Amino acid sequence: MGDHHHGPATGVTRWLFTTNHKDIGTMYLWFSFAMFLLGGFFAMVIRAELFQPGMQLVEPAFFNQMTTLHGLVMVFGAIMPSFVGLANWLIPMMIGAPDMALPRMNNWSFWILPPAFLMLASTLFMEGGAPAFGWTFYAPLSTTYAPPSVTFFIFAIHILGVSSIMGSINIIATVMNMRAPGMTYMKMPMFVWTWLITAFLLVAVMPVLAGAVTMMLMDIHFGTSFFSAAGGGDPVLFQHIFWFFGHPEVYIIILPAFGVVSQIIPAFSRKPLFGYASMVYATASIAFLSFVVWAHHMYTVGMPVAGELFFMYATMLIAVPTGVKVFNWISTMWRGSLSFETPMLFSIGFLVLFTLGGFTGLMLSIAPADFQYHDTYFVVAHFHYVMVAGAVFSMTAAVYYWLPKWCGRMYSESMGKIHFWISFIGFNITFFPQHFVGLAGMPRRIPDYALQFADFNMMSSIGAFIYGASQLLFLYNVIATIVSGERVSDEKVWDGAEGLEWTVPTPAPYHTFEEPPLVSKPAGTF
Amino acid sequence: MGRIFSGVPLALFASFTAAQNQVNMSPGVTEIGADIFELHMLIMWICVVIGVAVFAVMFYSIYAHRKSRGHEASQFHESTKVEIAWTVVPFLILIAMAVPATSTLLEVYDNDEAELDVLITGHQWKWKYEYLDETGENISFFSNLTTPQEEIYNTEAKGDHYLLEVDEPLVIPTNTKVRFLITANDVIHSWWVPELAVKRDAIPGFINEAWTRVPQEGIYRGQCTELCGAYHGFMPVVVHAVSPEEFQAWQAAKRGAAQAESQLALQTLSADELMAQGKAVYETACVACHGAQGEGGIGNAIAGSSVVMGDLSQHMAIVAKGVAGTAMQAFDAQLNEVELAAVLTYQRNAFGNNTGDIVQPGDVTGMNNG
Ligand code: HEC
Ligand SMILES: [Cu+2]
Repeated sequence: MGDHHHGPATGVTRWLFTTNHKDIGTMYLWFSFAMFLLGGFFAMVIRAELFQPGMQLVEPAFFNQMTTLHGLVMVFGAIMPSFVGLANWLIPMMIGAPDMALPRMNNWSFWILPPAFLMLASTLFMEGGAPAFGWTFYAPLSTTYAPPSVTFFIFAIHILGVSSIMGSINIIATVMNMRAPGMTYMKMPMFVWTWLITAFLLVAVMPVLAGAVTMMLMDIHFGTSFFSAAGGGDPVLFQHIFWFFGHPEVYIIILPAFGVVSQIIPAFSRKPLFGYASMVYATASIAFLSFVVWAHHMYTVGMPVAGELFFMYATMLIAVPTGVKVFNWISTMWRGSLSFETPMLFSIGFLVLFTLGGFTGLMLSIAPADFQYHDTYFVVAHFHYVMVAGAVFSMTAAVYYWLPKWCGRMYSESMGKIHFWISFIGFNITFFPQHFVGLAGMPRRIPDYALQFADFNMMSSIGAFIYGASQLLFLYNVIATIVSGERVSDEKVWDGAEGLEWTVPTPAPYHTFEEPPLVSKPAGTF
Repeated sequence: MGRIFSGVPLALFASFTAAQNQVNMSPGVTEIGADIFELHMLIMWICVVIGVAVFAVMFYSIYAHRKSRGHEASQFHESTKVEIAWTVVPFLILIAMAVPATSTLLEVYDNDEAELDVLITGHQWKWKYEYLDETGENISFFSNLTTPQEEIYNTEAKGDHYLLEVDEPLVIPTNTKVRFLITANDVIHSWWVPELAVKRDAIPGFINEAWTRVPQEGIYRGQCTELCGAYHGFMPVVVHAVSPEEFQAWQAAKRGAAQAESQLALQTLSADELMAQGKAVYETACVACHGAQGEGGIGNAIAGSSVVMGDLSQHMAIVAKGVAGTAMQAFDAQLNEVELAAVLTYQRNAFGNNTGDIVQPGDVTGMNNG
């Protein structure tokens, strides 16, 4: 124990060889922000091309590469690693542990990510171009008809999967074994709970994704026919496997976001989280249900009617636990003492827009109506409401909320508020009109469109540029805070904040809880 | 479910809906389309009502319970009763939604007793329609986008049906139950016509079923809705619903034309005729991959190609049989002898190739047979 009382190493080796959860958390967060900017740049290309009807800037084939990479980079490079970074920083501090349970593996699970994304991005410069089959990479477009770079794509996905699985095992091991005395499961902060459940989901479905890409690899290079009817396979099998991974995947993205707002809303309401136990049960039921609804992404593939009915009913059911969560958050605010600092603004933005995305999700679950919605911009609008306004807004809230604890300096509140309002307005200008064009019949993933969709598409593009620009403001605000923000030394930073991470000094020292704290109060109470 | 659900919103939407900026789903022209539309509106209004109620509570709280107004936080954090209530009530609402959803779905799946069968095959990037007929005299044709490259690349003004126009639409009779058998030749496509409320994936190696009964004559437009490669956005669906009598006449004319074509194949055509038709064929069937100026793209350049300017039989073989393992398909199944001869002549003389070679339908027939 004694030799643990040292600070970080110096120079680049500090980052290369570090096993410190805070260092690794920081690297995850910066990496995911870089990926967010890259994926955002791809989105800007897409929206610039769609600004007006007619082909303007890029060729259709390149357009498809942009949509594909945008999706892959945002899901696997930006959103998922950002929440892993948050978990690294916060879980040990929230449960009173000195570090993650498996620190060397922690280092490894981060450091294999950058090469994977470098490889994925390098496909843009390969002969035949980058993968152009959408982030869902349906066979046979992604096998028989794929560009040669697909092999690199498969390798990259494998690495990402390995990284995610290692990260999840680490989180599970940490939460199960390293809680401070008295920190029972039902006293854990919601963020820890949602991550624990998410980690189980990841361990369960990442191997399925690995299986899918391995089967693709076999079909492409080793003469098998998993996904080709000509050899006795079935292209729809690919979709079943993909969505068996893909549906839990969307909950993998959103559950930690639920955890974040469940920490922030009570803090700025100065009131404990309403219905803690029901939140835990709701999260667990959502996770369970997420395994039996995958084919709602496939209502039009020609499933038997009994299958359609099963998946429709199961999907509709998810609305119940999700509703419970929304009601609980609002009850937490009810008769609190509310203030609206930037983290709270982003959390309320999350609450409103995520609920909207939830409603369109319920509409999409209705199989016969989905025959009209499927693969249109209505779906694009829906999942950006849950992914961007859900996951990204909550992640942004988290950064503003914990940044002062991390670096001991306060961000600029007025710039934070401006960032919120520009994001909120830009986001809605971008994605709200997409509901309209989708219902009116515009398919997704097309580089050019019929004239009746022109006005709303232009609006969407303008909104996207606004939303994109607002992220640069965020970057500036974060850097300015770290470099020259006003110093804070209050352990609590926020008067309403609760939890062990607010009991350590500010900024959080390199090593925390080398001696485990004693926990007596239940989580979230005063 | 009652018409009330669509009445109010329709009026609401109509007020700010120019033909240009449609904001809602089309109620469609078929019975199923109307049912799906009703269902969509029902669910949407339930969501709106719940959303307004929930957010009203939230915004009231934001207004009334703020710290800046001096509101003190109370510390309640549990109530089993309300938790049970807001689990059970949404569940009941869901059951209310599931009932009409189930009955509409069963209707969609009722593929029996069709009076006409049409086989629809998705190709990169066009649809093929084949009318299945007991007599074996199937009518079949490809339906290609006709929007000119100049409109797509903004050098000419865009027409009214920009990207939603084809050379030969699918023709179906009104008031007849038409069954679509949907499949694909290469990758997965999806055949969608919003106003008929029919969307079904076209999956290579498998056949899906869907059906419609169109009560009204008219032209209904849609698009491929499953990403199918570079030109996914350029394979529209156009359905022309005509009266049964007109449909009969159209079928007869189609069969007659097929015979005339085979007659024409025996004739010798002039260079001008071949070039004109060749240009037309090139611009529908080849331009997507080989470029408007023969400059290439997905396919290689035609301008200056040694294959095109070289030995005719090799050129012909590539066009007729395709190049295995590449996007270059076998066009003998898609084009007749006259069209093949015309497009070969055109490629050999356009884009500065100027070989002066004329290919006659007879040459192609000879090649196909030998
Ligand atoms: C879906 C895309 C696509 C379409 C449509 C298409 N081609 Fe091709 N074509 C290709 C590709 C790819 C190649 C290159 C094949 C190879 O690798 O040898 C090619 C090659 C050729 C060649 C050989 C050129 C050379 O220099 O080697 C000719 C001739 C040709 N196509 C003619 C046509 C004609 C005529 C049509 C229209 C009737 C047509 N193609 C439509 C993709 C297409
Ligand atoms: Cu298609």
